[in-house]
Order: sequence, then C-alpha cells, then structure tokens
Amino acid sequence: MRRQLLFTALGAAIALTSPLAGAAGDELNFDAYREMLADGNPAELLEMEGEELWRTARGPKNATLEQCDLGRGPGVVEGAAAQLPRYFADTDKVQDLESRLMHCMEAQQGIPSAEIINGQFLKGERGKLAALVAYVVTHSKGKPIAIDLSHPRVKEMYDMGERAFRYRTGAMDFACSSCHSQDGKRIRATQLPNITKPEGAAEGWSSWPAYRVSNSQFWTMQHRLWDCFRQQRTAEPVFASDVTIALSVFMAGKGNGAEARWPGVKR
Amino acid sequence: MKKLFLALPLALGLSGASADELQTRVEQMMLDSFKANGIAGLDRQKQDAVQKACSGLTPPDAETMKKLEAAEMATIKWPTDGNFTGGDWKEGQKIAASGRGLTWTDKTADNNGGGCYNCHAMDPKEVSEGTIGPSLEGYGKLRGSSEEVVKYTWGKLWNSKAYNACSDMPRNGYGGILTETQIRHVMAYLFDPASPVNQ
Ligand code: HEC
Ligand code: HEC
Repeated sequence: MRRQLLFTALGAAIALTSPLAGAAGDELNFDAYREMLADGNPAELLEMEGEELWRTARGPKNATLEQCDLGRGPGVVEGAAAQLPRYFADTDKVQDLESRLMHCMEAQQGIPSAEIINGQFLKGERGKLAALVAYVVTHSKGKPIAIDLSHPRVKEMYDMGERAFRYRTGAMDFACSSCHSQDGKRIRATQLPNITKPEGAAEGWSSWPAYRVSNSQFWTMQHRLWDCFRQQRTAEPVFASDVTIALSVFMAGKGNGAEARWPGVKR
Repeated sequence: MKKLFLALPLALGLSGASADELQTRVEQMMLDSFKANGIAGLDRQKQDAVQKACSGLTPPDAETMKKLEAAEMATIKWPTDGNFTGGDWKEGQKIAASGRGLTWTDKTADNNGGGCYNCHAMDPKEVSEGTIGPSLEGYGKLRGSSEEVVKYTWGKLWNSKAYNACSDMPRNGYGGILTETQIRHVMAYLFDPASPVNQ
C-alpha cells in the first residue's frame, strides 16, 4: 500500500515536469527514479496477478495454464521468455511470448484468441494477458537473451523484420529506421536507441515490457510496438500480427546475449 | 502438392528464397498485418516511389536519386503571389512545437503540427529539441532572405524529398500535413527578424 502511494506520487511528479523543462533535467531525474524503484518495481503487483492467473482454472474449459508450453516444456516458466520468439511445431508458427500465451489461453482454457486480438490494451482478456506476461518475464530476469536464429523459420522472420524495420510508409514517410538507426539521436528530450546495432537492439528489447512511470501503466512489447507505429503514422497494427513478430525477432535476435532486465521501468 | 511446393524454398534455407521473393512477402505483410482505424487507412501501407526506393539497406544510386528528386520537385506548389514569408511567426512557433496529428487517435486530418522540434533545434532558448535534423537556430539571420534561400526553404518545407529523395523529413505540403497558410507561418518563424529563432 505504502509502495503504491509512492509510485503514484512519482508518477505525478514526472507528469508535472513540463516538456519544456529540459532534456538534461529529465534524464538525470529519471535515473534517480529508476534507482529508487530498483528493488520495488510496481509491475510486481501485476506479476502477482499474473501468477495467480497462471494457476487459476478459467475460461469455457475451466483449466489452468500450468500445461502451457512456452518452449521449454509444459508448465516451464523459468527462462522461457529469454528464448522467445521461437518456432513452435504445434502451431507451425514463430511466436512471441504474447502470441504464445494467447494460443495457450485458447487451446487450454477455451478463451477465443479473437477476443484478445480485437480487444484493447490494458482491458479485458488482453489486460489479463499482460499480467501473465509480467509473471513470465520476471522468471527470465538476469538471463541472457537467446534467440535461436539457426532455425530457418526464425531466421526468415528475422530477415522480414529487418526489412519491415526499414519500410518507409504512411503519412510522414517514416520507417522504424527514421527514428532508430543513428547513434545518440533524440526526439525532443527523449533519447532514441540505435536498434540497427546490437547494443541498441539489446537496450530496446531487454527493457520492455516495462512499467511506465509517466502514466502508471504496464506496457508489453506488443503495446510498445503499437505505439511506435502510431507515432509512425501507419494504419493500426493487428495484435500479434506477423509484422509485430518479425520486428520482435529482429530486435531480440540482434540483441542476442544481452541480459534481460524484465520487467523494465521506463518514463 | 501445393504444400510441398511451398515448403521447398524453406527446406533449401534462406539462400533459396530470393531477395525479390522476400521483398514481395514483406510488402504483403505490411498490408496484411494492419487494419484501417479512423483517418489511418490501409492506403498508408502502400509505398510510393520514394518510400520504396529509400527502404533498402543502402540508398539508391545517384542517377535514381536525381530522377526521384525531379519528380518530387514537380509537386511543389509555389505561392502564386510571391508571398513566401508574410505569415505570423507566433503561429509558426505553435506549428513548429506541435507534433500532433495524423495518427489513428486523431479525429480529423486537419490542424496538424509540423513537429519541427521533434527533429530540429530552432529557438536557441528552447532546450527540449530533437537532433534527427540539423540545427535551424538563427536560420534567417545566418542565411539572409535572398530569393534563392527563401525559395529553397519553401520548397524544402513543401516537399523535402525534392532536394534529397531519402530525407528523413516529412513532406509537409505534398503529404497534406500542413496547409499553405501554415507553411507560410512556419516560414515567418524561420525568417522574421523578430522571431525567437533569429535572436
Ligand atoms: C517518429 C519516431 C519513431 C518511429 C518512427 C518509431 N519509434 Fe520507436 N520510439 C520512439 C520514441 C520517441 C521512443 C521512446 C518512447 C518513450 O520513452 O516513451 C521509442 C521507443 C522505442 C523502443 C523502446 C526503446 C527503449 O530503450 O526503451 C523500441 C523497442 C522501439 N521504439 C521500436 C520501434 C520500432 C520497431 C519501430 C517501427 C515499427 C519504431 N520504434 C518506430 C520514436 C519512434
Ligand atoms: C522526422 C524529422 C524531421 C522533421 C519532423 C522535420 N525535419 Fe527538417 N530536416 C530533417 C532532416 C534529417 C534534415 C536534413 C536532411 C535532409 O533532409 O536533406 C532536415 C532539413 C531541414 C531544412 C534544410 C536545412 C538546410 O540546412 O538546408 C529545413 C529548412 C528544415 N528541415 C525545416 C523543417 C521545419 C520547419 C520542420 C517543421 C515543419 C521540419 N524541418 C520538420 C528532419 C526533420
């Protein structure tokens, strides 16, 4: 409870910082916030909710997710997120953590994927899925990111992701690369990682999903990508669609070997 | 049978799938993975000539760049009355500072910002400024306002790709991001001696 209060206060403090107040100030303060939060990420509350959801019998089939195979065997959560996205033979698809969880929810619990795909972030079953994400990623914290690019289907997604990353389109001609392919660039006061390099890709991939202090929301990687596409002025990406998986494989694969810091804390 | 046929290039590994084939699939993916939402329709997922030419790992060759730039140059609408800079710099400042508009959460396609500060330094007193583009601090003071400079700047704002086909700067006029009147306000912000940009 006390913690919750502290976070709300922090959120408010950051929200009040005027966008004109300055780059340096914001960045410095933010490091301080991060340190304060280091041993108490508010995402912990969501992790607990996710763990509960994992073990609770739900849906039309009244089943738990304890038989869900995230790639390391049925029910194995430890280290699973660090190896995702990967190829799954049962679906014949390359899946990220979110699309895999969605598959398990449908296959085991009978919760229709359409409900999640057509839903909204932070709401309903898609909101519950985010809590499950928080739970699963916590069990890869500190593990090296290890995407198996030797698998031809994964490598193929990587190559498609690399091209999607540079695909200029939309009302402002932007591609991801317009904002994320040079070192040390900023949009306003916000530092942008150079995702075309391993360090930048690792920075992006290993710090999301994250708790966003500015709006007190937990955002998954699907959510992060969705908002970057919004800023890019494209049409709306479909939840867990191929482009989101391809870009994820590209970023995760390029960041291979970096240490996962999930769940992150971001402005 | 069909399945076997499809599986073949995969079995051969990626070297089997030609670059062209991969490109076709990426173009399809950039369409299939999206849905229209409000003002952000699926037409946004199809590339025009410069978008397509500038999406590779390397920029197109010099000759292609020239051709693309000539085509973009032809789209620029020049002010018929020769009024390039007679806007209101205060309005221009608001347009330069606003990055809003044209997302699927915007209700209408008008009243957009230019988002100049997302990428450029302009007013030397403003510290929250992007660095994707070069600094424009003191723009009018440093470059003067000869016809050549003024015309170039108008053209650059209308269609940045006319001068560099693979520019990261949006095509404000051509792309319908800003109106002619808004561009004139931004021009005033860059050139008016009273504008904070030139202090
Ligand atoms: C118009 C500029 C712009 C475009 C285009 C853009 N982004 Fe971003 N991106 C940002 C900004 C700004 C942030 C930081 C957001 C924040 O901190 O709230 C960001 C953050 C990110 C992050 C998190 C980085 C970190 O270290 O926290 C990732 C990953 C990312 N973007 C990926 C992408 C991908 C993939 C695309 C293409 C689909 C893309 N971006 C397109 C501006 C952009
Ligand atoms: C997404 C980033 C971006 C945005 C937004 C943007 N620009 Fe640019 N701009 C650039 C880049 C990059 C260049 C230099 C490269 C090029 O285009 O050749 C540039 C170049 C320019 C130049 C030419 C500078 C020179 O030295 O010749 C002017 C003038 C300019 N921008 C003005 C503006 C104005 C005014 C706005 C807002 C209406 C704006 N830009 C918005 C990225 C941007």
